[in-house]
Amino acid sequence: MNVVVCLKQTFDTEAKIVLDAQGKVDANGVNLIINPYDEYAIEEGIRLKEKFGGEVTVVSMGGAKVAEALRTALAMGADKAIAIQDPASYGSDEYVTAQVLAKALKEVPFDVILSGRIAIDDGSSQVAVRLAEQLGIPSVTSIMTLSVEGNKAVVTRDIDGGMETVEITLPAVLTAQKGLNEPRYPSVAGIMKAKKKEFKTFTLKDLGMDHGDAGFAGAKMKLDSISLPAPRQAGRVIQGEPVQAVSELVRVLMDEAKVI
Amino acid sequence: MAKGIFIILEQQGREIRKVALELLSEGRRLAEQTGEPLVGVLLGSEMKGLATAASAYGADQVITVDDPVLKDYTTGSYTSVLNRIIREREPQAVLIGNTAIGRDLAPRLAQRLGVGLAADCVGMEYDAITFLRFKRPIYAGKAYAHLHSEARPILATIRPNTFALSVADPSRTAEVVEEKASIDAADLQTIVKEIVRAASSRPELTDAKIIVSGGRGIKNAENFKVIEELADVLNAAVGASRAAVDAGYREYKYQVGQTGKTVSPTLYIACGISGAIQHLAGMGSSKVIVAINKDPEANIFTVADYGIVGDLFEIVPLLSQEFKKRLA
Ligand SMILES: Cc1cc2nc3c(=O)[nH]c(=O)nc-3n(C[C@H](O)[C@H](O)[C@H](O)COP(=O)(O)OP(=O)(O)OC[C@H]3O[C@@H](n4cnc5c(N)ncnc54)[C@H](O)[C@@H]3O)c2cc1C
Ligand SMILES: Nc1ncnc2c1ncn2[C@@H]1O[C@H](COP(=O)(O)O)[C@@H](O)[C@H]1O
Repeated sequence: MNVVVCLKQTFDTEAKIVLDAQGKVDANGVNLIINPYDEYAIEEGIRLKEKFGGEVTVVSMGGAKVAEALRTALAMGADKAIAIQDPASYGSDEYVTAQVLAKALKEVPFDVILSGRIAIDDGSSQVAVRLAEQLGIPSVTSIMTLSVEGNKAVVTRDIDGGMETVEITLPAVLTAQKGLNEPRYPSVAGIMKAKKKEFKTFTLKDLGMDHGDAGFAGAKMKLDSISLPAPRQAGRVIQGEPVQAVSELVRVLMDEAKVI
Repeated sequence: MAKGIFIILEQQGREIRKVALELLSEGRRLAEQTGEPLVGVLLGSEMKGLATAASAYGADQVITVDDPVLKDYTTGSYTSVLNRIIREREPQAVLIGNTAIGRDLAPRLAQRLGVGLAADCVGMEYDAITFLRFKRPIYAGKAYAHLHSEARPILATIRPNTFALSVADPSRTAEVVEEKASIDAADLQTIVKEIVRAASSRPELTDAKIIVSGGRGIKNAENFKVIEELADVLNAAVGASRAAVDAGYREYKYQVGQTGKTVSPTLYIACGISGAIQHLAGMGSSKVIVAINKDPEANIFTVADYGIVGDLFEIVPLLSQEFKKRLA
């Protein structure tokens, strides 16, 4: 069973977002992590390999430090890594990212492609599903359990207000929701081994893409600007004995703010 | 020339979901402004009466595809049908609620149509040049991206509670057009085996107008009943911080924040929650925030519109009582 895991390097959740002089999100001094949902995908990929044999290939299109994220995945137990690293890819939207990933996977054998259900930076929940469409294979999103038998997988997925059990024909793309598993930490031995594992780096040209196909130029959604939310002001702390304070709070919510 | 604003009318339990009605309401306003027809698209099985509901919220036309194969949503079958309808009719824009189904369907449909998708938008405006411009949260609400699409159709998923629901007008009638499903075999590679929905009378977290959330300050799972009581008085949803989820007081599906659900209710009541950056990311766009915390220095007070410093086990039950009195 060969598995591909898509992973994205994202800002640490602690990061405060500030804009630079050009109005872009400033990445200076921001700690980078593997997108938390992608960790579940990596773990599940390794578990499938441990159970059925085969190889796990991790793939990521990213910035200058993307190799760090891929090395961490190799240290956890993935076998091979593919980095797509090209300044011309910056500003790509999900449409472009899916095209690039599909091209990078052309030579890679897979039965299952795993990814996170959402990247916590752009928060769009699109890339993995678009990749499935690009590859012409089915997909199920937001899975919490997975069992594979032959060329079928049975998954349960998180839906509004409940759970759904779905059977899907492989090869397929599956996106991981929290709860799928508990991701392992890379061991010291794993970190040593990771250094010797196959690691390929591609530019867009290597994948047969022109610069006009990617980045801001290739994006179907055009970014006009980025703004920060108006900072919330500290409001009013209602003083007094609990009973009075509560009745005052209820009064302002109902009569002034009129939110109830 | 692209024509029409299409709203995908997701249904659950034989009713059109509230977010879809919100989109119809806003779509009607947009239709008046632009002269574009407003078209509702209903996919499912045995949908009697739903087209009427859609017309009451402003649809000029309702396209229905009523087929047993569409009874349960699957990515492939719904994409297949919608792709065909959209290619034939070439709408300007297709709007979908950002629900579990919307999030699954929209990117697939967008890639098949070869267009972009503005996902999980919290704002949308008419613009004479681009037709629509969107505002969507990035970094879980720590910033916003403003986008438009040059390609047609414009696709967007819109977060529940973004648009006001208009008052239904039962005297309105829409033209109903019935279409066949005819799904490509390649799109039938997933089979729904079972759907289990928790029997809860409370609203869905991401739909709710009011949310009452508990954090580590609740101290154990049992104590969450003080939060539930207040939620029930207000017909609110229950939420939780990650600390409360990790400690096992509440299931993950209740988690609000950067790695949980992002919510924007009219009123968010945070009880025993300190206000960590990851929590604020998920609820910072709430219209009114109320904090109940015993620590006057808690970060939640820097964003709360109203706060009470005190013991939640005293304050929250008093709140339930007082609201009950006022709402009686
Ligand atoms: C990668 C990552 C992702 C994360 N994602 C999320 C996320 O999605 N959502 C999220 O919420 N957090 C998230 N966090 C965790 C976040 O950093 C905080 O740890 C968490 O939000 C704290 O939860 P809390 O406020 O309930 O607990 P605490 O910070 O422990 O605060 C408890 C509060 O309760 C108050 N309190 C205690 N007893 C009482 C009482 N009797 N009456 C009144 N007040 C009382 C205390 O004064 C305190 O302010 C994430 C962290 C990481 C590293
Ligand atoms: N640049 C990328 N490289 C590899 N995988 C990605 C990339 N962007 C997104 N993904 C995958 O797609 C998932 C959803 O991302 P998104 O659509 O951006 O929310 C992520 O959790 C990753 O698994």
